[in-house]
Amino acid sequence: MDILNALVAFLNFVFIPAAAYGAQLALGALGVTLIYGILRFSNFAHGDTMAFGTAVTILVTWALQAAGISLGPLPTALLALPLGIAGTAAMVLLTDRAVYRFYRVQKAAPIILVMASVGVMFLMNGLTRLLIGVDEQRFADGARFVINVRDFREMTGLQEGLALKTTQALTVIVAVIVVWALFWFLNRTKSGKAMRAYSDNEDLALLSGIDPEKVVRLTWIIAASLATIAGVLYGLDKAFKPFNYFQILLPIFAAAIVGGLGNPLGAIAGGFVVAFSEVAITYPWLKVAGYLFPGWEPGGLLQLLGTEYKFAVSFVILIVVLLFKPTGLFRGKSV
Amino acid sequence: MSDAEKAFGKRGNRDASVVNPRPAGTVDGSRRSGPVGPGREGDPFLIGEGMSGGYGRGPDILHDCTIAVEKGQIAVIVGPNGAGKSTAMKAIFGMLDLRKGSVRLDGRDITALNPQDRVKAGMGFVPQVNNIFPSMSCEENLEMGAFIRDDDIADTMAQVYDLFPILKEKRRQAAGELSGGQRQQLAVGRALMTRPSLLMLDEPTAGVSPIVMDELFDRIIAIARGGLPILMVEQNAKQAMAIADKAYVLVQGANAHTGSGKELMNNDEVRRTFLGG
Repeated sequence: MDILNALVAFLNFVFIPAAAYGAQLALGALGVTLIYGILRFSNFAHGDTMAFGTAVTILVTWALQAAGISLGPLPTALLALPLGIAGTAAMVLLTDRAVYRFYRVQKAAPIILVMASVGVMFLMNGLTRLLIGVDEQRFADGARFVINVRDFREMTGLQEGLALKTTQALTVIVAVIVVWALFWFLNRTKSGKAMRAYSDNEDLALLSGIDPEKVVRLTWIIAASLATIAGVLYGLDKAFKPFNYFQILLPIFAAAIVGGLGNPLGAIAGGFVVAFSEVAITYPWLKVAGYLFPGWEPGGLLQLLGTEYKFAVSFVILIVVLLFKPTGLFRGKSV
Repeated sequence: MSDAEKAFGKRGNRDASVVNPRPAGTVDGSRRSGPVGPGREGDPFLIGEGMSGGYGRGPDILHDCTIAVEKGQIAVIVGPNGAGKSTAMKAIFGMLDLRKGSVRLDGRDITALNPQDRVKAGMGFVPQVNNIFPSMSCEENLEMGAFIRDDDIADTMAQVYDLFPILKEKRRQAAGELSGGQRQQLAVGRALMTRPSLLMLDEPTAGVSPIVMDELFDRIIAIARGGLPILMVEQNAKQAMAIADKAYVLVQGANAHTGSGKELMNNDEVRRTFLGG
């Protein structure tokens, strides 16, 4: 039995990719959960907001690269991120003014807002494609690895290698900072508390002098920032393709619901639950098993599901949670 | 009921995995305030005079109803179910479209102000239900009560804690976990955080046990002794009249009897028709 090599293989192929993916999902789910808690509907356009934000960031990145500006070992996209966020925030505020506000003033039933968000989703979908095209874009530059396989082998003398991509490390670090900042904002600042108050009791918030439109605007700006950051990190880690961002909506919703809709802490936990399940179920465990049980020669790859089916995992988790713990792991509002 | 609701009912709106079941607000926050006019000579501290009106385009609920509160006094509105007690209070607070009449506070005519601006003008309002932020801690509830203030709120918070010691004990606990009586205390405390010049309570003792009710009445008297005028709607007419400097009996949205609490308690007609003997 070779536990060390098995552990390294596990870290390399399961833990690190899942942690990075989980962080991306968590950031996406946080945006969904915020909109749900404060504006009372599930925003189906969130995936395409991520795509739009990423597209803007990529365009700015290209401009920066053309101007010869870079961040050294870090991706230039980080430098472009603030502009991407600003563009996306402007876009969602415009959408709110043109679409959602109309229904909000009428106090329309929330399902109408859900349907409106589906329309916004298609619109944003097309807009992103017009802006940057339908093709795959790779925009990660700077150093590729923090630790690469050969160095790791030479360093440790183990047979199994371990690679940590810059983008993976960056994803986790940025996610931690963003989540900390968001919780600090919601729990410590007057504006953040006003958002929570509004989410608790709109009338009483109004009677306490909290301006509802200000709360709504702030919510959209935060959601747009979270979406852009999540989208850019996902794009750096893998690649940017508008269609993938439409698809990622499912795991993001699964994460938000698994954690309990409307509960920010739940969104984060849900992101990691979905990501780890997805990676663990689609990973061929043959190599790890080979180290752990040297005598055993199984017939297959020990892969529960092909990677093509990874979205099925989100679906199954979603259904299991809705059946057995409908309010989610962290007591949200989903039923 | 809108056309869409007639056709589709509540379909889709019960699925909490896509829509948040929390009800939307009912107060129209987009209504702008009109100008503040001058008050009239010899007005009481607060007066809602000759108020007629109802909700939205609905029928009138109030008919030429007049409610007044003098400085340093407790005024109560009592009356049978559906008499328009809460509606009268909402009218004074600006949550109702008045067709006739005016509301004047402290020498100003505030008829055209929306509820938010009436809070800024010095009214503290405690709704009957949904009067706290359930997922926030007690302390945060009080902080939100003081949202419009930019100065130091520590003193006011200490005063509220002195008045309601239980809130200090539970200040880190979520307000939704409090008992009914504690919630009402918190709701009153929240309204006091703006340092209002008038406190309006809509049935503060609804749904609490008799012991808690007595305690709440004690606290309310204590607040009034501190010099803050109070306007209160109450179901428990006897107890309310016992502490009232002035009582208004409303019947079908109009003033039926007015007088000091003692006078009305001794009034045969009020006793017979309303207090039950």
